[in-house]
Amino acid sequence: MSGRADSSATPVYDALDVALRADEPVALASVIGGKGIGAKLLVRPSGETIGSLGDPDLDRVVARDALGELEAGLTGTRHYGKHGEARERDVEVFIESFVRQPHMVIFGAVDFTASLGRAAKLLGYRVTVCDAREVFATPQRFPMADEVVCDWPDRYLVRVGPSLGPRDAVCVLTHDTKFDVPAIVGALATDVGYLGAMGSRATHGKRVIRLHEAGVTDEELTRVMAPIGLDIGARTPEETAVSICAEIIANRTGRAAPSLRDTDGPLHA
Amino acid sequence: MKEILNDIDRWRTQGQRVAVARVVGLDGSGPRDPGAAMAVSENGEVAGSVSGGCVEGAVVTEALAVLGGTKERGVVTFGYSDDEAFAVGLTCGGTIHVFVEPLDW
Repeated sequence: MSGRADSSATPVYDALDVALRADEPVALASVIGGKGIGAKLLVRPSGETIGSLGDPDLDRVVARDALGELEAGLTGTRHYGKHGEARERDVEVFIESFVRQPHMVIFGAVDFTASLGRAAKLLGYRVTVCDAREVFATPQRFPMADEVVCDWPDRYLVRVGPSLGPRDAVCVLTHDTKFDVPAIVGALATDVGYLGAMGSRATHGKRVIRLHEAGVTDEELTRVMAPIGLDIGARTPEETAVSICAEIIANRTGRAAPSLRDTDGPLHA
Repeated sequence: MKEILNDIDRWRTQGQRVAVARVVGLDGSGPRDPGAAMAVSENGEVAGSVSGGCVEGAVVTEALAVLGGTKERGVVTFGYSDDEAFAVGLTCGGTIHVFVEPLDW
């Protein structure tokens, strides 16, 4: 085992503990079969490593593979020769990717926001609530949020948009074209994986006209899930939160679940 | 892993040794993906899970054996594909491979 000469008895675990608590991405490679079973190598996105699998060449090859797995958010088992040779099976290495928490940005500090924020926390999201109105955008109203930001959606997205990716979500609950048009336009400029907007079918029809006026194309509009959520007849803010989160899951997995966007009945049961 | 850090750190602060079990492979349908983790303190306290509750009891036995030195660290397989008639299985019919080791790294 590596690291025994270190001041800590468990240097790899300690570094993992700190990284996970700070929500820093990191990959942990463990020998689970063959020579050196139990050995560990922790790999950071910078390429820095802690620990060793017992052979410098094996460490180098596994660190390279672990970085690839981490970038893709994948976890799995690979086989190597004693010195990291491909197509050999002397050493079995389990590489686990710890990716940062997905981020959900909710625009609009309304009742539905509090319920959606709670449901999103249950699913492991880091939750930001953003509203331009100071009296509503307070941490007291949204204790479940990791962050409550008082700002205009477009300005907030200029700042944070570049960090949004396929695992993240933007939910526009403002119910007000003054806010939701800039929020949707701003979110369309990001790589966010899920973009949903609340409002009745009539509201969304009017919103589409405003979005077109703002230069949004029909192709871009296909990214917008509106009315937001699955067609499960949700009524309360809590039920609506479940329908939104279920739609996010279905979008990610590509499973056929009836989105309100693709149906034509009343939104509520 | 993240959800069991508090328990692990508390046990270690108490001076207890800890074993960690992680799902490292899955054949067929399984309730938890690779990476699902549970920890067992030497007093037999448990945090986290590796299945839907089907094999946790057996994992605790393995973990305590590893901590007690009667078993080497290694991969333990659970599933109906086992030959033993009374082997611990998963209700969903899949097979999971769990790596059990002392937290000494």
